[in-house]
Amino acid sequence: MLGWELPPHNSGGLGVACYDLCKSLAANNAEIEFIVPYAAEHNIDFMTVTAAIPQNYSTIQRTGIAYDSHKYLDAEGAQVQLGINDQHQNYIRGVLELVDSRQFDVIHAHDWLTFKAALNVKRKTNKPLILHVHSVESDRSGNQYGNPLVRDIEATSLAMADQIIAVSNHTKNKIIEDYGIPASAIDVVHNSIEANVKITDEIANSYQYIESLKSQGYKVVVNIGRLTIQKGIPNLIKAAAKVLEIEPKVLFLIVGSGEQYHELVMLAAELGISDKVIFTEFQRSKKWRDAFIIGDLFVMPSVSEPFGLTPLEAISYGTPSLVSKQSGVSEVFKNCLKVDYWDIDEMANIITSAVSSPGLLDEITSKATDEYSIMSWDDSTNKLMSLYRHHRQLAEAAHFE
Amino acid sequence: MSNKKSIVLYLHVHQPYRIRHYTVFDAALKHDYFNSEYQSNASNERVLKKVAQKSYLPTNKTLLRLMNKHPEFKLSLSITGTVLEQLELWAPEALRSFQELCATGRVEIVAETYHHSLAFFYSLSEFETQVKMHETIIEKLFNQKPKVFRNTELAYNNELAKWAENNGYKGILAEGWDPILGWRNPNFVYRPAGTKDISLLMKNYQLSDDLAFRFSDKNWSEWPLTSEKYVNWINANQQAQNINLFMDYETFGEHQWEDSGIFDFLDHLPAEWLKHEGNDFKTVSEIINESEPVDEIDVPNTITWADTERDLSAWLGNPMQKNSIELLYDLRDNIHKTHDLELIEDWRRLQTSDHFYYMCTKYFNDGDIHAYFSPYDSPYEAHMNFMNAYRDIVYRINQKGIET
Repeated sequence: MLGWELPPHNSGGLGVACYDLCKSLAANNAEIEFIVPYAAEHNIDFMTVTAAIPQNYSTIQRTGIAYDSHKYLDAEGAQVQLGINDQHQNYIRGVLELVDSRQFDVIHAHDWLTFKAALNVKRKTNKPLILHVHSVESDRSGNQYGNPLVRDIEATSLAMADQIIAVSNHTKNKIIEDYGIPASAIDVVHNSIEANVKITDEIANSYQYIESLKSQGYKVVVNIGRLTIQKGIPNLIKAAAKVLEIEPKVLFLIVGSGEQYHELVMLAAELGISDKVIFTEFQRSKKWRDAFIIGDLFVMPSVSEPFGLTPLEAISYGTPSLVSKQSGVSEVFKNCLKVDYWDIDEMANIITSAVSSPGLLDEITSKATDEYSIMSWDDSTNKLMSLYRHHRQLAEAAHFE
Repeated sequence: MSNKKSIVLYLHVHQPYRIRHYTVFDAALKHDYFNSEYQSNASNERVLKKVAQKSYLPTNKTLLRLMNKHPEFKLSLSITGTVLEQLELWAPEALRSFQELCATGRVEIVAETYHHSLAFFYSLSEFETQVKMHETIIEKLFNQKPKVFRNTELAYNNELAKWAENNGYKGILAEGWDPILGWRNPNFVYRPAGTKDISLLMKNYQLSDDLAFRFSDKNWSEWPLTSEKYVNWINANQQAQNINLFMDYETFGEHQWEDSGIFDFLDHLPAEWLKHEGNDFKTVSEIINESEPVDEIDVPNTITWADTERDLSAWLGNPMQKNSIELLYDLRDNIHKTHDLELIEDWRRLQTSDHFYYMCTKYFNDGDIHAYFSPYDSPYEAHMNFMNAYRDIVYRINQKGIET
């Protein structure tokens, strides 16, 4: 299996989804070697994690988030920082060098950064190629065209795949629209989560200022995620202004970093609601968890979200969600509020209506917790296992012809 | 025990005023809560016209034909004020067909609240006003004074029976729920505990639900159900005097579609039933007048005809439902101080039990019957629309200088 990251060295949902998926596949007796582009300790016992390090380097250290440069050490110990394009090329080389010494039935690759490597492995070994699409370029660029080079990689690889997996119907439709792939070539295997209702920290919440306002009757609306065009936060800020006209006792907590950060701070100021919108930048561990916990409502207003795990994480901390209908999670999560990302008035209406109705917040929290508590990867894993078997059989049949 | 058996067919006709997509931004500006765009699922006009075409018109046509063909054929109806208003507005021909049916003199109309509300459990004076309003419209449109009472959703308890007795009703209807009946069956006339002058008719839910819920279910072992088979089941039961078939009128053509064969079934039922000596049809008053109660039925806690629980939990089971209905009834004193009849009427339309049913989350995860009848995507959306309309009602009361 080819992937770009795994927790704890992940920068977002992709690493988490790969980790959970593999864990569940392994429990179904799939033998997995997961190849990542860097060397690090993962503490994973259900599969082999291997670093793809081309011959002329001794190791590769991950130094930032997904698209940042990594530190490469060559055989003599000299350091070099390489950007995403060089990493991409090195990964392809590293993977190809590994392939000769490996026995395997199928190639399973996650998202565009690994697709080219996977395609090369297929050319070399003629093994069935399964491409797992967690997002396409137009998702990541908020429904814009995006990077043409990335689109080119996606177009070529998807056309060559024996099997395409999409994490939602939303993503399946995008693949059809963007790349003209026939619907019949794409199977939807929804992401999931292994239910794990969190125990609220007994030590005080990190956001004491917000706690103090809550005790004065304020309600807290939270967003946690990268501040990129894909995530649609400007619409949430615009909706916030409308909410505050009717319900002044609402705070908006925006936890995350990204290229829109300054623009968003400016937008809140222009709308005259800087006092009610709190930006914290990206947080880890307790501060990250506490943001979920302190919210009365979690909002994920993404313009285009292939899946979107955060609403499920939110309910694991007891916070219900409003999610955009342009998200994969809205296909599988029933007990959440839903809105079109572009419908700012309706977003404001729902936020206002929800935070001012304790009955609704109680009921949706209770029903969403029930729903969350029975979620598992089982259905998705079963579907994948049968696709593996199917492609192995096809390959064997072709071999004997 | 004699071989005489009567089918007591009672059909309930109702449509609510569904709330349109009504936002916080509409509140204090627009008061047209019940005025959806025609294309919306919540368009009352669209739903009413559809149900008139699929159910009211063809069913009444069948019933009228049966009346003409079989002088023994009779039935009872309850029709809410909210559906009568809508019929007058959007399907006057369907209203006329109900009037023609009643003009045969063999259709008895049953009393209830005008607004199909649960007011009995929140405000007795409001409840009595709505019953009176219903009586008035029934007299005006059908020239009848109802003698038998049914409460919204067949919500029933001992207190209600006493109220009905004190208010001159001869009979009252309830669900024939096994834990209440114990070793008894619903096929006789009973007396509510603590009353002297009123009789209780209890729904035979087995036979009623065979039509209302199971008729078109191809996985049901008895599918397809013919009138012959159905009549044989009833005849085989020796322990029966009156078979109380109580159901939504919309069973015919709307819950069970025409292609399920439900109209053919109805068409053949009277002839099939009347083939057997001693079998007849009776209206609710007739069976009550002709039979002495065989036993007393004690219902201290409220029962209804809904869900496996047969209680009020489909309407009042979750915090959204309880909170919104309590807030609504808390307005009762202030709303009357406004003397604004339009405002009071809007408040009453919000009392219709359907609004609270749409907020039911019990089976939301299974996408069942509750979801089927709801014009909204989720119970949460139903609640938000309702609460925004409620805010506007409060705003309008405050505008009159009355503090809420």
